[in-house]
Amino acid sequence: MRQDTNMPTTEARDFAAGAASPAGEGAAGAVAIRDLSHSYAELRTIERLDLDLPAHGVLGLVGPSGCGKSTLLELIAGLQEPSDGEIRVDGAVDADGRLAHCAFMPQRDLLLPWLSAIDNAALALRNRGVRRGEARRRAAGLFERFGLAGFERSAPAELSGGMRQRVAFLRTLVAGKPVLALDEPFASLDAITRAEMQQWLAAALAADPRTVVLVSHDVEEALYLCDSVAVLSARPARVVTRLSAPAPRATERDEAVTDPAFVSVRERAMQALREGTG
Amino acid sequence: MKRWLLPSLLLAALIGAWQIAASSGALADLLNLESFVVASPAEIAEALWQSRSLLAENAWVTLKEVLIGFGCAIVAGVGFAIAMHLSETVRLTFQPLIIASQTIPIVVLAPILVIGFGFGIGPILVIIGLICFFPITVNTLDGLASVDPEATKMMRTLDASRGQILRRVEMPSALPYFFSGAKIAVAVAVIGAVFGELAAPDSGLGALIFRDMNQLETARAFAAVAILSAMAILLYAILALAERRIVTWR
Repeated sequence: MRQDTNMPTTEARDFAAGAASPAGEGAAGAVAIRDLSHSYAELRTIERLDLDLPAHGVLGLVGPSGCGKSTLLELIAGLQEPSDGEIRVDGAVDADGRLAHCAFMPQRDLLLPWLSAIDNAALALRNRGVRRGEARRRAAGLFERFGLAGFERSAPAELSGGMRQRVAFLRTLVAGKPVLALDEPFASLDAITRAEMQQWLAAALAADPRTVVLVSHDVEEALYLCDSVAVLSARPARVVTRLSAPAPRATERDEAVTDPAFVSVRERAMQALREGTG
Repeated sequence: MKRWLLPSLLLAALIGAWQIAASSGALADLLNLESFVVASPAEIAEALWQSRSLLAENAWVTLKEVLIGFGCAIVAGVGFAIAMHLSETVRLTFQPLIIASQTIPIVVLAPILVIGFGFGIGPILVIIGLICFFPITVNTLDGLASVDPEATKMMRTLDASRGQILRRVEMPSALPYFFSGAKIAVAVAVIGAVFGELAAPDSGLGALIFRDMNQLETARAFAAVAILSAMAILLYAILALAERRIVTWR
């Protein structure tokens, strides 16, 4: 099931939000959540949640703080088993199966400080038993493609916040999994760097399409990066509404987010967020 | 400048005061001792020079004991820390015993060990190992557990096995903690060697101190103490240097 990291990059992200994937649920990377409930001891975090995501779809999860969006992401990624309901990722239902199809990018970059940038990016390959030289060679191609050439041997501490996040994202890409689970990947960056990184990520996903579940507390970020956005309620989380991002959007972030169609969807999302919180 | 000058000045002042107090007889009066029992820094320095081959011989014996005992404690301590980290059963089973091992008064234990192991290096190594084991194990265990749980999750989705998470994330994270434990351990290792040698006085600086004190060779006993201190400082410095070379990311 694993895709090669050097997969063809010509494929464009051209499907409409929420539209059924042409290949159906069996396509590489489709995610289907049915009647999902989850609780920690007495605390109900997710209640009867349904969500569908076609292969190569990009879904944003927004919701108030502490609503359980990160928990939902961990459940999808197979890091936990849900209390009730079913999550199907690429046909896999059990946690280990989902884990094999998902790569998780945590909020902080969590680059290992004792490894160089390229060795951090190549971690998944090393974990699969690829020798160091070969793993570096394969990751180096991505450094070139994603504007990190020349920083392969740098220690994480020598990189800027934005560059660290790029390396962290490459580490997730190199894993070659069909589904990427991104947990507020740019939350720790300053506003300007965050805007740059959003544009960078949009380009990266256009070049190397994957199924993406992106948790964000920023409605604008979610709508700019995703095909569709699910607005979650306060705990226990349920889907208040699911909105399609306006398509097609300008690649320039500033242009895209000031488009009247974009602004109107953003206001609807904000409205839904307020309803779900109240 | 401040780093070297101030402590050197303090040390010089203390030694100077000691010299004056000892040679004038004031220190002997104060301690209510005969003046020939009270060694002055000058007499200690003289003893250090005159008995240099005897001191060197015994220092080598003690150093060997410390290095072997400390080495065994590192192997056992790190091994135990990893086993306790990986298995809750092992942790819960051994934790009380490991803490209890620290409450045993070494002074009491030493003669018992001599009865069990006989004279020679055996009981001394057991004592050094026993007192070094605790700081190494406890610190390394803390270090292994200090890893961000998010990093573990990240590694799991990158297909890491339990062993790979241990090797690639937890063990490097634990290194600074291990070094903290080892630095404490190496200082107490020297004390452990002296205790061991007091119980089984064969050779070594501890045995020499014991003999010299009985024979009122106070100056040479203090010379041996000075060498022991220097040994502990040197071993500590070597570890601190190793830490700086290995843990480059801090």
